Amino acid sequence: MKFSLGPSLFFWPKNEVVDFYQQAKESSADVIYLGETVCSKRRELRAKDWLGLAQDVAQDTNKQVVVSTMTLLESPAEIQVLKRLCDNGEFLVEANDLSAVQIMHELKMPFVAGPAINCYNLSTLKVLLKQGMTRWLMPVELSGDWLKILLEQATEAGIRQQFECEVFSWGYLPLAYSARCFTARSEDKAKDDCEYCCIKYPEGRRMNSREGERVFVLNGIQTLSGYQYNLINEMPALDAMGVDIARISADSTEAFTQLDNFREQLVNPTRKELDGVTECNGFWHKIAGMSVA
Amino acid sequence: MELLCPAGNLPALKTAIDNGADAVYIGLKDDTNARHFAGLNFNDGKLAKAADYVHQRGKKLHVAINTFAHAGGEERWQKAVDNAVAIGTDALIIADLGVLDYAATKYPDVERHVSVQASTTNLEAIKFFKNNFDVQRVVLPRVLSVQQVRQLAKSSPVPLEVFAFGSLCIMAEGRCYLSSYMTGESPNTVGACSPAKYVRWQETDKGLESRLNGVLIDRYQEDENAGYPTLCKGRFEVDNNVYHALEEPTSLNTLELIPDLIAMGIVSVKIEGRQRSPAYVEQVAKTWRMALDRYQQNPENFAVEGAWMNTLANLSEGSQTTLGAYHRKWQ
Repeated sequence: MKFSLGPSLFFWPKNEVVDFYQQAKESSADVIYLGETVCSKRRELRAKDWLGLAQDVAQDTNKQVVVSTMTLLESPAEIQVLKRLCDNGEFLVEANDLSAVQIMHELKMPFVAGPAINCYNLSTLKVLLKQGMTRWLMPVELSGDWLKILLEQATEAGIRQQFECEVFSWGYLPLAYSARCFTARSEDKAKDDCEYCCIKYPEGRRMNSREGERVFVLNGIQTLSGYQYNLINEMPALDAMGVDIARISADSTEAFTQLDNFREQLVNPTRKELDGVTECNGFWHKIAGMSVA
Repeated sequence: MELLCPAGNLPALKTAIDNGADAVYIGLKDDTNARHFAGLNFNDGKLAKAADYVHQRGKKLHVAINTFAHAGGEERWQKAVDNAVAIGTDALIIADLGVLDYAATKYPDVERHVSVQASTTNLEAIKFFKNNFDVQRVVLPRVLSVQQVRQLAKSSPVPLEVFAFGSLCIMAEGRCYLSSYMTGESPNTVGACSPAKYVRWQETDKGLESRLNGVLIDRYQEDENAGYPTLCKGRFEVDNNVYHALEEPTSLNTLELIPDLIAMGIVSVKIEGRQRSPAYVEQVAKTWRMALDRYQQNPENFAVEGAWMNTLANLSEGSQTTLGAYHRKWQ
């Protein structure tokens, strides 16, 4: 099994992004995703900067670099940027909206179906394979049982070899997308006048219950889980069912440590107790996502 | 512009038609639709009766099969399509790509509408559905501004339907796992958001508390109206500030956009609320019918009546309404 570093979901200053990917280049990740997936107003790096960064990271390594694209696209201007990224001529693209699937299909180029593409069953896998999908990220709310059935069905249908399967395994879970910017709202600003305030919150803004429970993390128009998802104890199970890649989300530089921990877990499995106050693994076990099984 | 009303049962369906709906949308009695609630929806017998009632009056029936088919359980969704076609549905409302593929292949002549749950917000995504499944309509999620809807309507190769009134989903529909994160059940997988079986109410010293699967969603003082604890409409704390961090209890109401929507060529306005009572359906259908007719009779002098707004506000969450994302300031 390989390990990937997911795209960073937060808004960081350009120099910090560059630093982060220098570290990523030195990390144990086999696959590195990069690109803006949340908000088109975040322009510390523009399309050409992301592609330049992708080239830097890809140079002199055998890591695979993948360009991740936006999830909620609402305007022709956003589609123009998307097209530019899709037609980069060099890197595999992670589609997070069906618009990107459409564009990649027209370009006759392979793509990764990201976690925001709703692929829940065999028929949908077949539809996406026909479009050119070569790798599938399971939607984060699905369980290990669900995945097992689906991968077995894919094998029976003779299509399992046509795609890699990747599972979101560590980090704040991307749970929802809205027209509204919740970070701007938290500062009593409108989205059109947001002053890019999410740059002040490199790990998002915590939204707790009035009893102090970490419920969600606000990240612009995206809502993340309040707890970090952690499938470290499930790594042997993922490996056994034929998952090709486990994704470690780029929440912070902690991701690099986690990449090492997760890799070690495959070699030398040792059970790690999740604390249930900052970590969760419920989705995988078919219970409330925020729970620990 | 078609007035498309919800119905969770036969009385609501009849009420909708009798009060001016041009079409009604319904769901089957299982987890194949996004309002899978106890006591709601149509079994096979009721489905046939619904179709008869609607068709005898020259109106249309849409069947929503708009959850995502389970791995190993796809037959249930395919059977739902078969059943809807068998009773002569005028349109299938589908979100899952696999189910759309099945419907397009097996029943090419039955209209397919892309459900709001498919989260189609731009031209390229619309093209995807047009090219692959030859869909006849796309229902837009409640995340676009009026300007964005107008722009899309100009270029879309497929007619568009928009939400006009009802409970306001503030997230891009079909891309929200908040409910399953808190309860294990989501609109995509089981057809329910913030399911009632996880709701607990408790009187405490601090006030009346509402919880969803144990998580405190809101706490009300005596002078406050308590609402259903939909998890995105509670009061939470961000850096010691307690407020409706995501959204207030409120409903969408777009009566004032009628002239705009008609000018853009929107083909249908959809009323939310298959889980609501026949009384709700009656009031909303009647009010919207009146407003649409008034516009048709005299477009230049169309003005929204205060009485219409009051009627709709009284049927709304928290007795308040909003233009939601249609109005950029809301965003």
